[in-house]
Amino acid sequence: MAVTINDVRHIATLARLGLTDARAAAIVDELNIILGHMDALSRVDTAGVQEAIGVGAQGLPVRADSGPPFPLHRSIDSVAPSVREGFLLVPRLSTHESSEEA
Amino acid sequence: MSTSAITPLLEKWEMVVGLEVHVQLKTRTKAFCSCSAEYGASPNANTCPVCLALPGALPVLNERAVGLATRAALALNCDVQPVSIFARKNYFYPDLPKGYQISQFDKPLALGGWIEIGARAEGSPIRIGVTRVHMEEDAGKSVHDRFPGVTAIDLNRSGVPLIEIVSEPDMRSAEQAGAYLRVLKLILEYVDVSDVSMEEGSLRVDANVSARRRGETKLGTKTEVKNMNSFSGVERALEVEFVRQVGVLEAGGAVEQQTMLWDGHTGEVRPSRTKEASHDYRYFPEPDLPPLVLAIDWIAQVRHDLPELPAARRTRFVADYKLGEYDVDVLTSSPRLADYYESVARSHGDPKAAANWVMGEVLATLKTSGEDIARFRVRPADLASLLDLVRDGVVSHTAAKQIFGRMVATGNPPAQIAEREGLVKVDDDSQLAAWLDEVIAENPTEAERFRNGEKKLQGVLIGAVMKKSKGRADPKKLNQLLAARLTS
Amino acid sequence: MTARSSAIVRDDVAAGRTTASSTVDAAIARSREVNAGRDGLNVFAWTDDADARAQAATITKRLADTTAGPLLGVPVAVKDNIATLTMPTTCGSRILEGYVSPYEATVVTRLRAAGAIVFGKTNMDEFAMGSSTEHSAYGPTRNPVRPDRVPGGSSGGSAAAVASGIVSIALGSETGGSVRQPAAFCGIVGVKPTYGRVSRFGLVAFASSLDQVGVFGATVSDAARGLGVIAGHDPMDSTSATLEVPDYVAAEDVDVKGMVIGLPKEYFPASLDPAIRQRCDAAVERLRALGATIRDVSLPHTDLAIPVYYIVAPAEASSNLARFDGVRYGLRLDGDGLRGMYEATRSGGFGPEVTRRILLGTYVLSAGYYDAYYRKAQQVRTLIADDFRRVFESGVHVLFTPTAPTTAFPLGAISDPYEMYLSDIFTATANLAGVPAMSVPIGRVDGLPVGGQFLASHFDESRMFTAAFALERAMGAEAHA
Repeated sequence: MAVTINDVRHIATLARLGLTDARAAAIVDELNIILGHMDALSRVDTAGVQEAIGVGAQGLPVRADSGPPFPLHRSIDSVAPSVREGFLLVPRLSTHESSEEA
Repeated sequence: MSTSAITPLLEKWEMVVGLEVHVQLKTRTKAFCSCSAEYGASPNANTCPVCLALPGALPVLNERAVGLATRAALALNCDVQPVSIFARKNYFYPDLPKGYQISQFDKPLALGGWIEIGARAEGSPIRIGVTRVHMEEDAGKSVHDRFPGVTAIDLNRSGVPLIEIVSEPDMRSAEQAGAYLRVLKLILEYVDVSDVSMEEGSLRVDANVSARRRGETKLGTKTEVKNMNSFSGVERALEVEFVRQVGVLEAGGAVEQQTMLWDGHTGEVRPSRTKEASHDYRYFPEPDLPPLVLAIDWIAQVRHDLPELPAARRTRFVADYKLGEYDVDVLTSSPRLADYYESVARSHGDPKAAANWVMGEVLATLKTSGEDIARFRVRPADLASLLDLVRDGVVSHTAAKQIFGRMVATGNPPAQIAEREGLVKVDDDSQLAAWLDEVIAENPTEAERFRNGEKKLQGVLIGAVMKKSKGRADPKKLNQLLAARLTS
Repeated sequence: MTARSSAIVRDDVAAGRTTASSTVDAAIARSREVNAGRDGLNVFAWTDDADARAQAATITKRLADTTAGPLLGVPVAVKDNIATLTMPTTCGSRILEGYVSPYEATVVTRLRAAGAIVFGKTNMDEFAMGSSTEHSAYGPTRNPVRPDRVPGGSSGGSAAAVASGIVSIALGSETGGSVRQPAAFCGIVGVKPTYGRVSRFGLVAFASSLDQVGVFGATVSDAARGLGVIAGHDPMDSTSATLEVPDYVAAEDVDVKGMVIGLPKEYFPASLDPAIRQRCDAAVERLRALGATIRDVSLPHTDLAIPVYYIVAPAEASSNLARFDGVRYGLRLDGDGLRGMYEATRSGGFGPEVTRRILLGTYVLSAGYYDAYYRKAQQVRTLIADDFRRVFESGVHVLFTPTAPTTAFPLGAISDPYEMYLSDIFTATANLAGVPAMSVPIGRVDGLPVGGQFLASHFDESRMFTAAFALERAMGAEAHA
C-alpha cells in the first residue's frame, strides 16, 4: 500500500502541519521507503497474539476523589502566548465550528 | 414542527432513532487530576499541569468516577466489563488541551444494557437497547462572544468526568426518543450519579436519525442531529429532520451522512460544515493508563448497593400502597419526592391520605416557591402528624390546610400550631349551638327556605358556621345539630 | 578525565572536607576547560551558573540540620525534556523556545531531595527523536572523545556532560536506546531501568509506552547511585510500579560467580563489525573467567524490533505532540485564522525529523491502516516481549550483547532516516519489552568507545548491575583502551 501525495496531504491536515509542495513530495518518498521496511511485519503470523497494552502493569491505579489540586508554581499566564482576563485567546472561531474546520 | 406535517408521511415511512447521551458524573474533582470539578470558578482557575496538558503531565483516574459510572451502567442493565481500556480520540480544537480526548473505544466499561419505556398506556412496555456505557473526559469551553475577533478558552471544565450512554437504533418515533430520555434521566437521578440537567449542561443529547420505507428491514443513511437543549427540543428536531430526509428520499435523492445542527429559535436543522468523511480520530489505547481491571466481587457489591430503581419503586407503590397509576407516576417522578411520600405514608399509616396531601398541598407549595423537596421546610414526620390530627378528629380538614400553611412558613410542628392558633376542632354541643344560633339569626331567609325543604341550603349554613368557627367546628356534629334544630 | 566519583563527593561534602559550592565551581570550571559551550561541544541547551551556585548555597545551609542525602552536593546534568522550575524545558525544539515549566518532574524533585544540584539542561535530538543529537534547535552536540563524531542520541548532551568530566551523573531519557547508545558512543555507563521503575511525571512524552528516564554515570557506581535516587513509585504516574527499590550500589558486593549470562545469537549477526565483535568476545571471556556461566540463547523476533518500534513510537508521538498547538504555552506563529495559526506554529516549531515522525505516526493510526500497521506492530511487540520472558524463565539471569552496531559516526554522515533508525537495532528491543538494560564501556576501536549491553528481566536491575560492576572491575583500564 504505497503512500500517495493525497495521503500525505490528508495526514498533514490531521496533524495540522503545513507542508510546501516540495516537502510534501519528499515526504511521500520518505514514508514509502520507511514503510517498505515495515512490510516485514506483514509476514509474521500473529493469529491469536494479544496486542501489547499496559505491558507489565497490574491494572490501573486510581486516586481518591479529593484535592488539593496539584500546584502550579507559576500561573498559566506566565507561559501562555495570549491571555485576557484569565481566558486563553485564539483566533476567532464561529460558534459551531468543529474540529475539522479548526 | 406540527404533527400535521409528519402524520401523512408515517403511512409510508418509518423513523429510526438512536441516541447518544453524555452525562457529567457527580464528583468533587476531575477525572484525571485533583482539580475541583465545580462549576462557576473564574476562567482557568481550576486547572493544573494535567488538565492544561503541560508537557510531561500524566493522568491518574478518579476512583469515584469509576464507581459512579459502574453504578449507572448497572442501573441500565449493562454487563460491566472486568477489563476495559481507555483510548485516545485525536483531534485538534483549542478547548481540547492535549489534542486528544481520553475516552474508551473498542473495550468500553459496559455493554449490552436496556431500559423500558411506555409502560402502560400503549400496552406492553418497549425495551430500548443500551449498546454501551463508556467513561471519558469533558473538553473546556470556547467563548465566542466575549472579546471581539478572538475566541476565549476556559479550561475549568477540561477533564471533568463524563459517561456516554449509547442506545441501539431502537426508537421509532420522536415521542419514543423523548420517553427514553425521560426514563434515562429518572434512572440516573435515582442512582444519584449526576445532576442530569440539560440546562446546566450535565446532560447532553446527540441523536442519530434515519428514515426508511415501512416494511424495509435495512437501516437508511443516518444523520447526526446536535445542539438540542431540551427533551422537547430533541423531539422537535427529530421530526423536522425526519420530514427533511423523507423529502429528499421521495424526490429520488439520497440522504447524505452528515451532522445537522438544530436551531431551537427557527425550528430548523441545518448541515454543519463538517465533512463526515474527514473525521479520522485515530483511536488507539491510551498508553498512560493501563487497562482498568474491576474485580467481579466489586462489581457485585456495586450492584448490591444500587438503590431501588424507578420501575421497581412504581411496582412496589402500587402493591404496597394501593395507589392508582397516575398517583404512582407523580410520586415516583423524583427519588426525593418518592422518599418523602414514603416517609409520610409510613409514619401516618394511610397511604391514600398521604398521597393526596403530598400530590396536593406539598407539590402546589413547591411549585409556587420553586423549592426542591430536599430543602422543604415541612419534614415528612410533621406532615404525618398533621394527617394524624385530621384522622383522629383533632382538627378539621379545613383547619389542617391552614395549619399546613403555617408549617410551611414557620417549620413548627402541627399540634403546636393548632393549639396556638386555636384551630383544634370544637365538638362541644353548646359552642356549636351558639354558632348555629348566630348563623340562623344572620341568615333568616336561607334558614326559612331550608326549613321548607330546600336541602341544598344546608351547605350554605354549615359553611357559614365553619367560617365563623375558623374551621374548628366538627362538621359531622354540626350537621346533626342543624338537622335536629330546623326539621323538628 | 572524568568528574570525581559521586560517592566521594557526597562523603566529602557531608563530612565538611569540601563544600557543595566548590563542587559546583569545579563543574563550571570543567565546562570552560572542555569548551562545553555552543561553539564547542555544545553540551547544554541551557546553563545557569548563578542558579547552580544558589542551589549549592542552600545545601551548605541544609548540612547543619538534616541528614545528608545520597547525592549531597553532587552536580547532576538533566536532559532538556525533563521539567525543571528554574531553567527552561524545551526538548531541543523551537516550539518550546523559552518555556519554563510551572511544575517540576518527580525525578528532579527526588534529585534535589537527595542533595543533588541540578546543573544545566542538556542538549538533545528534538523531542528525543534521533540517534545522534544532530537534530536539535540548538545545533549538534559533539562527542568529547572525538569532536568530529556524534555523541549518539537522543540524550547526547547528557552523555557528553559525563564523558567530558563536567558531572559524574546525568539524567537522560530512553525510548529506543537514547541513553545506552550515547553511553556506548561516549565511553561511559548508561542505564535504562525497567518500564515503570522510574516516574515519567514531568518527562515530556515522546512515546509513552516506551519512554523511561535513564541515568548516565562515569562509572557503574555513579549510575547505580543515581538510579537509586530517582527510582520508586510515584502516584502521579499510573504506569509507575509500586515495588520497593533495592540498593543498587550494594549489587557490587554480589558475586558474579554462578550467574548465567546469555548471548542472544541475533545480536551477533554475521554482518557485525568484527572489531566490535572482538571487544564483546573479550568482555565475555572476562565474565567467564569470573565464574559466570555463558550460554548461547535465541531471541527470534529481534529483527522485527525496528519495524515495530518505528510504528509504535511515531504513532504515540503523533498524539503526544498534538498538545504543541500554540494555545497554552510555547511558540505561536500567526496564520490565516485558527487553522492557519496551528499549521504555522507546528510547521515553524517542529524540525524535519519530528515532522516526519508525526506524519508517519498519523499515517499508521489513520483509518484503513490501523490494523495493518499499529495493531500488527503491537502484536509483534508481544512476541518480542515473549522472547525475553522465555529466555529469562529458562534460567538465564542476564543477557550480554553489543550496545550498538557501530562506533560513533562522523557528524553529518547519516542522512537517510532509516539508516539512522538502525542505530537502535540492539537497544529498541528492551524498550519494546519493558525490560531493564544498560551499556558499559568495553574498550575502543580506532580510538572510539564500544559499549557492551546487559539486559535483565523486569525489575531485576540489581542482577544487571552486579554483572556490570564485575565486568568494570575486571576490565579496568582496558574498558577505555
